[in-house]
Amino acid sequence: MLQWIADNPRIFTVALQNHLWISAAALAAVLAIALPLGLALTRRRALAGAAIGIVNVLRTVPSLALLVIMLPVLGTGFLPSVVALTLYGLPALLLNTYTGLTEVDRDIVDAARGQGFSDRQVMTRIEIPLALPVVFAGVRTAAVQIVSAATLAAFIGGGGLGELITSGMANFNFPQLVAGALAVALLALAVELAFAALEWVMTRSTGLRD
Amino acid sequence: MSWLVENYDRLLVALWEHIQLVGVGLAISLALGLPLGVVAARRPGFAVFILLVSGALYTVPALAIFALLIPYLGLGFWPAIVALVAYALLIIIRNVSTGLRQVSPDILDAAQGMGYGPMRRLFAIELPLAMPVIVAGIRITVVTQVSVATVAAFINAGGLGDIIFQGITQDFGEKVVIGAVATSALAVACDEALRRIEMRLRAAQADAL
Amino acid sequence: MIRLEAVSKMFPGAARPAVDALDLEVPSGRTCVLIGPSGCGKTTTMRMVNRLIEPSAGRIIVEGEDVTTVDPVGLRRRIGYVIQQVGLFPHMTIADNVAAVPRLLGWPEARIRERSAEMLSLVGLEPGQFLSRHPRHLSGGQRQRVGVARALAADPPVMLMDEPFGAIDPIVRGRLQEEFLDILRRLKKTVILVTHDIDEAIRMGDLVAIMRDGRLVQYDAPERLLAAPADGFVADFVGADRALRRLSLLRAMDVAEPGESGGLRLPGSLSARDVLSALLAEGRDVATILDGEGRAAGTLTLAAIQRLSVLDNPHPDGTGRA
Ligand SMILES: Nc1ncnc2c1ncn2[C@@H]1O[C@H](COP(=O)(O)OP(=O)(O)OP(=O)(O)O)[C@@H](O)[C@H]1O
Ligand SMILES: [Mg+2]
Repeated sequence: MLQWIADNPRIFTVALQNHLWISAAALAAVLAIALPLGLALTRRRALAGAAIGIVNVLRTVPSLALLVIMLPVLGTGFLPSVVALTLYGLPALLLNTYTGLTEVDRDIVDAARGQGFSDRQVMTRIEIPLALPVVFAGVRTAAVQIVSAATLAAFIGGGGLGELITSGMANFNFPQLVAGALAVALLALAVELAFAALEWVMTRSTGLRD
Repeated sequence: MSWLVENYDRLLVALWEHIQLVGVGLAISLALGLPLGVVAARRPGFAVFILLVSGALYTVPALAIFALLIPYLGLGFWPAIVALVAYALLIIIRNVSTGLRQVSPDILDAAQGMGYGPMRRLFAIELPLAMPVIVAGIRITVVTQVSVATVAAFINAGGLGDIIFQGITQDFGEKVVIGAVATSALAVACDEALRRIEMRLRAAQADAL
Repeated sequence: MIRLEAVSKMFPGAARPAVDALDLEVPSGRTCVLIGPSGCGKTTTMRMVNRLIEPSAGRIIVEGEDVTTVDPVGLRRRIGYVIQQVGLFPHMTIADNVAAVPRLLGWPEARIRERSAEMLSLVGLEPGQFLSRHPRHLSGGQRQRVGVARALAADPPVMLMDEPFGAIDPIVRGRLQEEFLDILRRLKKTVILVTHDIDEAIRMGDLVAIMRDGRLVQYDAPERLLAAPADGFVADFVGADRALRRLSLLRAMDVAEPGESGGLRLPGSLSARDVLSALLAEGRDVATILDGEGRAAGTLTLAAIQRLSVLDNPHPDGTGRA
């Protein structure tokens, strides 16, 4: 693997950069959609049931199916890959945001309101901080799922490390195939570990754990 | 839809191959996972090890696993099964051991007091009580395997992924979508069926206790 | 002062009002205890005072202002609020919990810090030891102490307390009741306290309001309630053993008869009920009651205690009418 990377540094770095770009863009989109949406759903319980039903179906759709299903509509390349990966990562964060917020102890919210916290202050100072550990666990799951599934973006022309695997296969270039596979496996593990560490630091800083 | 009308038999063949991949993968995973899960329930150290490995393996993309197996196992059905079992085994072991460890010590104590031997106790009391958690594990496993098996077409293992990949190489959008919809439908159907079984088991247990 | 005038609450879809044309006045600096069967509307009544629940009809006046005409958030910052589940904020230190309302009110930080420490000492917690801890490291009793410190922090004239001792184990409960009573009296707070426990009502209330089905059945000082229950419901509620409860309201010092005897020597700060149980436990029939300096101040005999327990209690069978 190292030998092939040393021999083809440009191909490798372009693939890695692409992978990270697609993943980062999708994760950013997931954050931008799931956090406000999850918050809004806690204020509209009637809609929440339906939304969670849809998200639960979305969650079971296989990653490859999700990536290719919009092919005729969106075509191939960077953007369709980001759209598909956003849909793939969305359920984890949306569900965790929603449950994290709804599972905040009602007595604590009642005490806050009774002390004279306004609705906004209850949300920003009590509900959101208390939901943060669960929300962040959702961010971590979404991030790992996206980085992992981004490998399949190669099939719809999104590039990324998966491309090393597919073209390695097509050209019987096994060193390249193995290099791509190992790189993506290590990247996924690294993301998992990095977010786990971040989660640990964050949870401690909320004061909820020692 | 014209492709589907003319080639529904090819879709059915692919579906059958897909079910075979998942079915054989699940059967092997259960055969290995159930006894190992019992061991993990008795040995916390082993359980922690399984948890760590399953956590790590779960993050590794399916395509990478298939690619890494090629140099050792080549292409086709059985290499795909190896990857499917690798993903599934750890979930099964994890859920069997948590399910067993959740059985109330009072119940186990009562069983022992009534003269159940360790084996009788395991089969007559512990496994039935752990069944909802075990089925929950099977549900996660099956959904994961339906997804992973789609990618298995990459190493010529057949299944619905084949239709998707053919569609992509032939630049035939309809075929891609049909393959994707069929896999999604299979995953959702399996999930729903197993969810119902799980709910029924839980309800039955709640009634009984 | 808190005054409720014909206050009603009809929850949507309910068959009958949870609170039904309730009139209640709590004079300044007094503690009013609401008591009654589960579901009779105690919590609803209390939560209408700080508008966590909006009344359907009637007026509520707190410290001269009609609560329905003011901003509820500002109103709540002027009313202390303590609940059974305490509701401390788990992600904040004890210092930040106690400082919550002063912060909302924009007090300067230095004053907030000073105040938090003062409040903790007031409720019997060593500030140096507790300020930087998180609620999860406290016992149930300590948590409720912090809950009260938090409610008192911005010095509200009025306090609402919903079963503040409900989740505290019985051994700690008695002490906490004594201490909180002392604090609330000393600070001259006007208090509405909800409880399920008739002993607590009698011990803590200047006035006790017995409720049933959203209405007031009797509103009286505890002695009057025990001596002259308005009807059979109240008599049942205060219990067949209300003679003993009456004794618990009498201080041995105040009811001792002149003289001295060789018997048991007991401090005058005990209640007549405590003296009775000490006499019964020791198998004696007379005790010498001591004053604050430990000098004999009088005696109490079993017979005298017995007389006290039935004095001006016209319905010893617990069923009559006053
Ligand atoms: N938010 C609500 N919506 C509908 N009904 C309610 C609501 N809150 C209370 N109720 C009803 O109003 C009645 C009075 O309830 P409340 O909580 O005031 O009783 P309580 O005297 O405090 O009882 P407890 O001693 O059990 O705490 C009950 O019948 C209750 O079911
Ligand atoms: Mg109540």
